[in-house]
Amino acid sequence: MNHMATATNMANKQDEIESGGGAVVLAVENVYKSFDGRKVLNGISLGVNRAETLAVLGRSGTGKSVLLRLIIGLTKPDSGSVRIHGQDISSLTLDQLGDVRKKMGFLFQHAALYDSLTVGENVAFPLDHHRREMARSEKTDRVRQLLAEVGMERDAGKMPSDISGGMQKRVGLARALALEPEILLLDEPTAGLDPISSGEIDELVLKLQREHQMASIVVTHDLHSAKTIANRLALLDKGNVVIEGTFEDLQQSNIGFVQEFLKQA
Amino acid sequence: MSDQRSISVAGDTSLLTGHQARPAPSISKPRKGLISGFFEWFGNLGVFSWNVLHAALTPPYEWRELVRQLDEVGSMSLPLVAIAGAAIGAVLAMEARSSLSRFGAKSMLPSAIVYSVVMEMGPIITGLVVSGRVGAGIGAELASMKVTEQIDAIEASAINPFRFLAATRILACILMLPLLTLAADATGVFAGWLTQTIVEPVSLRQFINSGFNGATFNTFLPPTFKTTVFGLIVGLIACFQGMRTRGGAEGVGRAATSSVVLSSLFVILADVVLVKFILVFFP
Repeated sequence: MNHMATATNMANKQDEIESGGGAVVLAVENVYKSFDGRKVLNGISLGVNRAETLAVLGRSGTGKSVLLRLIIGLTKPDSGSVRIHGQDISSLTLDQLGDVRKKMGFLFQHAALYDSLTVGENVAFPLDHHRREMARSEKTDRVRQLLAEVGMERDAGKMPSDISGGMQKRVGLARALALEPEILLLDEPTAGLDPISSGEIDELVLKLQREHQMASIVVTHDLHSAKTIANRLALLDKGNVVIEGTFEDLQQSNIGFVQEFLKQA
Repeated sequence: MSDQRSISVAGDTSLLTGHQARPAPSISKPRKGLISGFFEWFGNLGVFSWNVLHAALTPPYEWRELVRQLDEVGSMSLPLVAIAGAAIGAVLAMEARSSLSRFGAKSMLPSAIVYSVVMEMGPIITGLVVSGRVGAGIGAELASMKVTEQIDAIEASAINPFRFLAATRILACILMLPLLTLAADATGVFAGWLTQTIVEPVSLRQFINSGFNGATFNTFLPPTFKTTVFGLIVGLIACFQGMRTRGGAEGVGRAATSSVVLSSLFVILADVVLVKFILVFFP
């Protein structure tokens, strides 16, 4: 990974924050969530502005992935609210929630590609359902363009089982971008990848941010990746935010858990 | 009602969502009682059925997926159903011949075969064969999609999984079962004639005329159309068991097995009720 490029990116992101982030597009407010009596999220509150990337860090089992599932409505909070553009999604019907979800892209930790469809068909899947008015040739062009964005244009005819984990994540990212979402949720985008593939995914996420100006939440264990792609970082422990700020804020923190996390990471 | 639906669907009831993040149940934890588990299963099946019904009746309709499922359930099951029907027809011919000969009623053989095949053996054999082949297939496919988060990915893509995955499969089963039953009936009658004609040559036309003598549409339509209920049972139970799966490869295996066992059991139980219903309303 090019450290000079990373430093420049960080400086640019700092400028963006200082110049004002814009409207809050996504707000998690005082959310509690338990599974079988075990508290996973304990009154967590977070917000993300337009064109901003928030990295959510923390130990395994601190509720990072649950947070993403709550945001996209796959899980319902016990209490508290998740607001997308000011609208509380917990009271919506499945079809109403669908309208909100069209504005969001979700990259699953293991990509979750449809294993009976080819790479190209996976990317075309949301278009087939939500852009029914699009001509076939237009869809094909859009799929080609999305796959080119993630460097997979030559693999459109392959099955998900025939490509590597890193490539699957790229395809998952292309699928998440198919409906041109305003909010992108990435669950461990670099988990299980070698350093080179991780770096490539980070570069890809940065490129997409620059080009699409989306609000993003990235759940990760990878501090280096978080530092590279995020404007702000939030460190979770026991279901709540311990500290939220830039990487420098985390470095300067004298909270024991933050120091320990940075040291181990 | 719509709010209740949103809670059960978008929330984390035991039907679809929220399982991935849940910790595995503790071994020391007491198992849920058999009776409460029984009622919980039926309760969840009721909620699932309502969600599927609502999704199936509201647009957008998934025509392309429905056609794909019709092919999957229909054409792919046809050879198996036809062979099973033929085997039953042949066995009936051999058994009935020996029994009827004992009572000097050998001339009744074509009618015995036709009525047995069309009224009962064709429908029930088709129901059981489809519950084995299609039930296991749907159960395993959806369970595999569930544990690999593919169903969550469909939902995250703003596509209603009840509409896209469940309603299409259930409708395909409902529509294809009567057609497959007709195929089983046809091969059963044909194999019955073949078995009979090997021992005592008789033309197919004569066999058919004698076999269907005195029959009306009312005689044969209800038994054929009762298989739509078998299709509903197979599709509904397989989709339900598949989409509520938990726990990796073991869960997938369990979902496939339970889909077959439960749908076969309910097909047989439904047959008892439907036969009584037909006897009362179509005497």
